[in-house]
Amino acid sequence: MAMITADPKDVPQVAHFAFTPENLAKAKELMAHYPPGRQASAVIGVLDLAQRQQGWLPRVAMDEVARLLDMAPIRVYEIATFYTMFQLKPKGRYLLQVCTTTPCWLRGSEAVMKACQHAADGDMFSVQEVECLGACVNAPVVQINDDFYEDLDEASISKVLDAFRRGETPKPGPQVDRQTSAPQGGLTTLKGE
Amino acid sequence: MLGDKDRIFTNLYGVHDWRLAGARARGAWDNTKALLDKGQDWIIDEMKKSGLRGRGGAGFPTGMKWSFMPKEVKDRPHYLVVNADESEPGTCKDRDIMRHDPHLLIEGCLVAGFAMRANAGYIYVRGEFYNEAQHLIAAIKEAYDAGLLGKNACGSGWDFDLYVHRGAGAYICGEETALLESLEGKKGMPRLKPPFPAGAGLYGCPTTVNNVESIAVAPTILRRGAAWFAGIGRPNNTGTKLFCISGHVNRPCNVEEEMGIPLKELIERHAGGVRGGWDNLLAVIPGGASVPLLPKPICDTVLMDFDSLRDQKSGLGTAAVIVMDKSTDVVKAIARLSYFYKHESCGQCTPCREGTGWMWRVMERMVTGNARLEEIDALEDVTRQVEGHTICALGDAAAWPIQGLIRHFRPEMERRIRARTEKLAAE
Repeated sequence: MAMITADPKDVPQVAHFAFTPENLAKAKELMAHYPPGRQASAVIGVLDLAQRQQGWLPRVAMDEVARLLDMAPIRVYEIATFYTMFQLKPKGRYLLQVCTTTPCWLRGSEAVMKACQHAADGDMFSVQEVECLGACVNAPVVQINDDFYEDLDEASISKVLDAFRRGETPKPGPQVDRQTSAPQGGLTTLKGE
Repeated sequence: MLGDKDRIFTNLYGVHDWRLAGARARGAWDNTKALLDKGQDWIIDEMKKSGLRGRGGAGFPTGMKWSFMPKEVKDRPHYLVVNADESEPGTCKDRDIMRHDPHLLIEGCLVAGFAMRANAGYIYVRGEFYNEAQHLIAAIKEAYDAGLLGKNACGSGWDFDLYVHRGAGAYICGEETALLESLEGKKGMPRLKPPFPAGAGLYGCPTTVNNVESIAVAPTILRRGAAWFAGIGRPNNTGTKLFCISGHVNRPCNVEEEMGIPLKELIERHAGGVRGGWDNLLAVIPGGASVPLLPKPICDTVLMDFDSLRDQKSGLGTAAVIVMDKSTDVVKAIARLSYFYKHESCGQCTPCREGTGWMWRVMERMVTGNARLEEIDALEDVTRQVEGHTICALGDAAAWPIQGLIRHFRPEMERRIRARTEKLAAE
């Protein structure tokens, strides 16, 4: 149960939201995935489009999604507050989602979290503690916008963040010498023999 | 040990091309029409004979699940829904299937959809797996362009449409009826069963929800024969399985192995052994966060399959092996899981909504020993009050890790309480 609450007092007022023609076309395509009359099924996807366009989800964007999908606005607010990926406040350019669930914790997510908190200025970087990201054999993991940065420690997450500061996009995936989820230092299976 | 010739996920690590050409070179989509031509009954019968048990955690026989779908399509269409909401802490196997071998899953969707007389399927991918979903979407487009999906899929005469549906962050949506609610555009709150999804699932229509791995292995099982799959592993625990080995091992990894492989062999052969050697092992959570942990003496000999782990009062779950060495604060490790369940409870049932928070708060006190000895029994008692008293299994999942901790590490919990009490008395 997401415990996100939007306090209207500390959220900037956004007067108007409209989808760009490109995003509107994407929204219509998503809606076409479901049987006639079931367009509400697209609500998560369309809210995601709105969030990608605006950077976060102001109330007017939820209202526009409700109008587009012919849903009661309250049903859309429910979705936006239930699912943790919806951001009800503006965030930095890069959202650092630090996994601290047990498999990441066992491998040092506390140090990674500290480095991320240190970097968080709310403008360039925002930081969030998240629950298991589903990349546990590459722990600790931080999701930065859409990409997973894996096999981190304090030094390597700092390097990643420095690269973002320089305007670069560091290579996602393992930050040690390793092929995705394979054991480091050499395969034990699928060796092509 | 399983040989590479018996491995299904031959591009598990993404060394090779994940696109259609690469998948075909590895044997996917090889005359799928011939499989479908054998008919629905043959497919379901082969799946039953293979002994495949669902790979999402519960281990329900897959072929039997498919057979629960109505034998003919009446007024309501049938749906296949694939559960790719992989969120069980420790588990990261479906991610590799989606990003490195998406065509195995897509071909499996066609075969399974055909077998249960569905003309449409949805793959519900957890929202965080954005890049994985993009691979899947691209691979589905390739399949449409090649005539493998859509009207007259693979020339079989069967129409089958397949869509990717992204979630937005909610562990509970891995529960099948919560997933269906979410797919309908609602909050992911589990439904009461019955009715079961095979009777009334997505949009009230007959629906079967399967895990990614269960679906992705189906075409290979049908091609190589049920007897091949059933010949791997042990009776009632057959086939190959993706294991995720995380935590305090030298080389954490995913690997496909034979069901029933000894836990010790799995860790030592593929994950480089426990950090500091086997004798430095404290405990292992063998099947993802929801199953009770096992202390080292059991880990020495236990086999990794459904029945062996059940006999040890744990479970295979998703086969996510979380290893903890002797440096681990084991109470804190489980308390962190309690926090996870508190965070992820959907809030619908009182025992879970209130119980997960209560259990987490008490667990946090157990970490520092800020408790009375009799509170261990009270905690155990509350886990029993939550377990089995909720609509879905999240309450059970929150209760079991704590029960496992008390079962195997009660002396450590008592030691902390005594140490703190003595320290306070001395001051």
